[in-house]
Amino acid sequence: MLLATPLKNLDRELARFHGRLKAGAAFVVVLATALLGRGFYLQITQHEYYIQRAENNRISLVPVAPNRGLILDRKDRILAENYSAYTLELTRAQPRDLEATLAEVSKLIQITPGELRSFRRLLAESHEFETVPLKSKLTDEEVAILAANHYRLPGAEVKARLFRNYQAGSGMSHVVGFIGRINDRDLKALRESGREQNYRGTVHIGKTGLEQSYETLLHGRTGFDQMETDASGRAVRALSRIPPVAGKDLRLYLDRDLQAIAEQAFGDYTGGLVALDPNTGGVLALVSKPGFDPNLFIDGIDPETWKALNDSPERPMVNRVLRGVYPPGSTIKPFMGLAGLELGVRKPADITVDPGYFTLPNSSHQFRDWKHGGHGLVDMHRAIAQSCDTYFYKLAFDMGIDRMHDYLAKFGFGEKTGIDMEGESPGLLPSRDWKQRRWKKEWYPGETVIAGIGQGYHLTTPLQLAAATAMIANGGKRVEPRLVEAVRDPLTHVWQPQPVVVRGQLAISPENLAVIRQGMMDAMRPGGTAAAAAAGAPYTIAGKTGTAQVVGIKQGARYDAGSLSRKNRDHALFIAYAPAENPTIAVAVMVENGGHGGSTAAPIARAVFDYYLTGKRPGNMKLEGNDASD
Amino acid sequence: MPRTSHWFLSGLRHVDGILLTLVVLVLGISLAVVTSASGQSAARISGHLVNIGLALGVMVMIANVPPHLLSKVGPPLYVAGVVLLVGVALFGEIRNGARRWLNLGFAFQPSELLKLALPLMLAWYFHRNEAVLRAKHYLVGGALLLVPFLLILRQPDLGTAMMLGASGFYLLFFAGLPWKVILGGATLGAASLPVVWGLMHDYQQRRVLMLLDPSSDPLGAGYHIIQSTIAIGSGGLFGKGWMQGTQNQLDFIPERTTDFIYAVFGEEFGYAGAILLVGLYLAIVARGLVIAARAPTLFGRLMAATLSLNLFTYVFVNMGMVSGILPVVGVPLPLMSYGGTALVTLLLGVGILMSVATHRQLNKS
Repeated sequence: MLLATPLKNLDRELARFHGRLKAGAAFVVVLATALLGRGFYLQITQHEYYIQRAENNRISLVPVAPNRGLILDRKDRILAENYSAYTLELTRAQPRDLEATLAEVSKLIQITPGELRSFRRLLAESHEFETVPLKSKLTDEEVAILAANHYRLPGAEVKARLFRNYQAGSGMSHVVGFIGRINDRDLKALRESGREQNYRGTVHIGKTGLEQSYETLLHGRTGFDQMETDASGRAVRALSRIPPVAGKDLRLYLDRDLQAIAEQAFGDYTGGLVALDPNTGGVLALVSKPGFDPNLFIDGIDPETWKALNDSPERPMVNRVLRGVYPPGSTIKPFMGLAGLELGVRKPADITVDPGYFTLPNSSHQFRDWKHGGHGLVDMHRAIAQSCDTYFYKLAFDMGIDRMHDYLAKFGFGEKTGIDMEGESPGLLPSRDWKQRRWKKEWYPGETVIAGIGQGYHLTTPLQLAAATAMIANGGKRVEPRLVEAVRDPLTHVWQPQPVVVRGQLAISPENLAVIRQGMMDAMRPGGTAAAAAAGAPYTIAGKTGTAQVVGIKQGARYDAGSLSRKNRDHALFIAYAPAENPTIAVAVMVENGGHGGSTAAPIARAVFDYYLTGKRPGNMKLEGNDASD
Repeated sequence: MPRTSHWFLSGLRHVDGILLTLVVLVLGISLAVVTSASGQSAARISGHLVNIGLALGVMVMIANVPPHLLSKVGPPLYVAGVVLLVGVALFGEIRNGARRWLNLGFAFQPSELLKLALPLMLAWYFHRNEAVLRAKHYLVGGALLLVPFLLILRQPDLGTAMMLGASGFYLLFFAGLPWKVILGGATLGAASLPVVWGLMHDYQQRRVLMLLDPSSDPLGAGYHIIQSTIAIGSGGLFGKGWMQGTQNQLDFIPERTTDFIYAVFGEEFGYAGAILLVGLYLAIVARGLVIAARAPTLFGRLMAATLSLNLFTYVFVNMGMVSGILPVVGVPLPLMSYGGTALVTLLLGVGILMSVATHRQLNKS
């Protein structure tokens, strides 16, 4: 009996234990069910969703930037091209390693302080997964060193990149412009125009000149490589590819040699020149001196050079042809003359007496002629050929500012020409309304008088002057200046000519036009204001000189170039077209502080005409002429 | 007992064939998955093979130790473990904000020791008082559980403390802890959840919150859960195939040979693989429970039942974490994860099961 109780207890204990085992087994089954239930949810119910997530993890689209279009001159000579070079680029993906990698790289190849500075600046501007170039255009030796030490340089990659090269250098800087790295402002503009996607993988964008205005055509379409990437974003292998489409090539009207000749002809003067084909508006040459080396800007110019360029008193970054505004001076006279004839204010033979000055009724103020003592009896033809100020003072006074404004506006003064380049200034064609709006002041008769010889408020760009001159040359057809003549499709290789844009046709009576043209031709003949510049030319030039005042000359004082320091000397202007009988080229030249148009500006135009019309290259160019005046 | 047989063969007499088969099957799967997850790293694979060999050796050795000898190890092991835990609290090294390591010439976590010492100690205690079991014995048992539990909890190491607590609880449960006490304790525990939440460390709270919404921190702590659930989910019914898992091969899964190995397995072998693996674990547990049911002594019964449930608890906590239903705690997947210490500890437990299973006749006589 004594033994029975513990045995009975043991049975009871054992039964209870077995019960507990069952409870434990049930608990395990519950846990297993929970696991398999979760597995069912993830692997069966949500499988599609997770497979998509895994694919998104795995596959990334790596953009392949298209080759940028070339820019060629009218004879298919290269102005902007691409070349492939190796670049060392670092990524910020592993920030802890970046400084160490930088230090390692510096031990292997030479990194200049400038390169380091621009790298740090780009790094600060870049996004996290972008690679940032540290050193461009690596030599073969540097590439070999970096490749051999690749394992020591986490986050560093040597990449083959396309670079832009501007062969023509500074001479073409204001035409071709340059590309630079895409910055936040560019990015915002791309986003707003919906082009952001097409710029994934693109590092550079056109910043100025044609590179800017034809960006859409030059850029092309970005392709994509479908890459398998690992968790750290490294590409493991390529899956498929949508090839990029290269940008379109541009062929310009511009002649590279003509451009070089025009630039040389300036000597050490600064200024601007633009030559147009009066029939098409094609820009044959466009010089703004000084220029700059556009190659400096491609991968971020270093701050010192930029400061030097930007602060230079010669303002090399300003395109004077499009953005420089100057009073037209006497170059306005052919247009004023045409206005007088066409509006019936003058007949060609009407005589104005020039005593050497003009006075308004009831005023003693003398508006002086440039020629002391005056030109005597002057008709329209002589007034233009000899640039008689008094004639045009009186004509302007008789015409009134309103009619003058409206007629000159038909030549495009005070309005953008519509050239295919950005940043053009509209200049300023003054009127009574304008003065009221702008200055809240009434218009004074004296302002009309000086407007007659292109002084006062009136401001033009050299491009406007050239475009207006082209209208005299082509008989009143207003064509928009164009730099790009044709565009080549990269797939078909077919050149597609760009349309000539004619804004309108100004009806001018042939007789009146002939008078003006004759006056301009005689300005280039002995007795005319720019006769010396035309001497010996085997073709006829029609031209008009002008002077844009830099400092005002006091009443009673005389302008004396010799006594003024060069920077205070007047800007010399010259407009012309040739051959006068059947014009194929029209130019406007502005020489800063050049003094007389006939002596500094006209010879530059002559050099351009000579080459364009006869193929003659200048020998030893002489810029300082001996003409009396304009 | 044939005296002429080789010692090695006689040693194998104490190996339970069913358990060994099941364990070797899981280890085989583990080898395949570690091979894939390590990118066929020869070092990893050979390291894993060495660990497996070592652990199986330990298992066979322990299987040959009779349970009554094993039970005698309990008290000294337990005391040593608790003393070391106190040592940790006083002199331990702080790593990652927790005081868990003791520098004994090598870094050592005494909490590892307790994983076996606590069940051994409790089983020994209940076995010793089998005939006179009363309420006070459960109280003492509870105290024996609470001491190391609290010491580990304040290191802090919530995960290990919970696992240890679970194993101690299982033992008390199989020893006959009354249902009233269990249910009452559960109710009390549920009621005190808000208090526990308040006592939790920031990083622990974050882990729990992360579980509720992993996308709230996709590149931080939530990354692990997101990537492992993507891996498992993208595996589908039959998986992407061995060494074909993109989440695995392309590095998206963290810790993928160790704690997150189930993500690799789920991706490459799919739901079918998961059913097979869970089935194998269930079979091991079932075999363990059968051994417990047949065990002649209370010590054997308690150890076999507790170790079996404990194994599945590890399976559940690891898989639950990797598939995103439990917080991230550093618990390896039994028999699957790469890592020598855990594997040896685990097969040591299996060895105890085998000892209990095969020393039946001897003890009864």
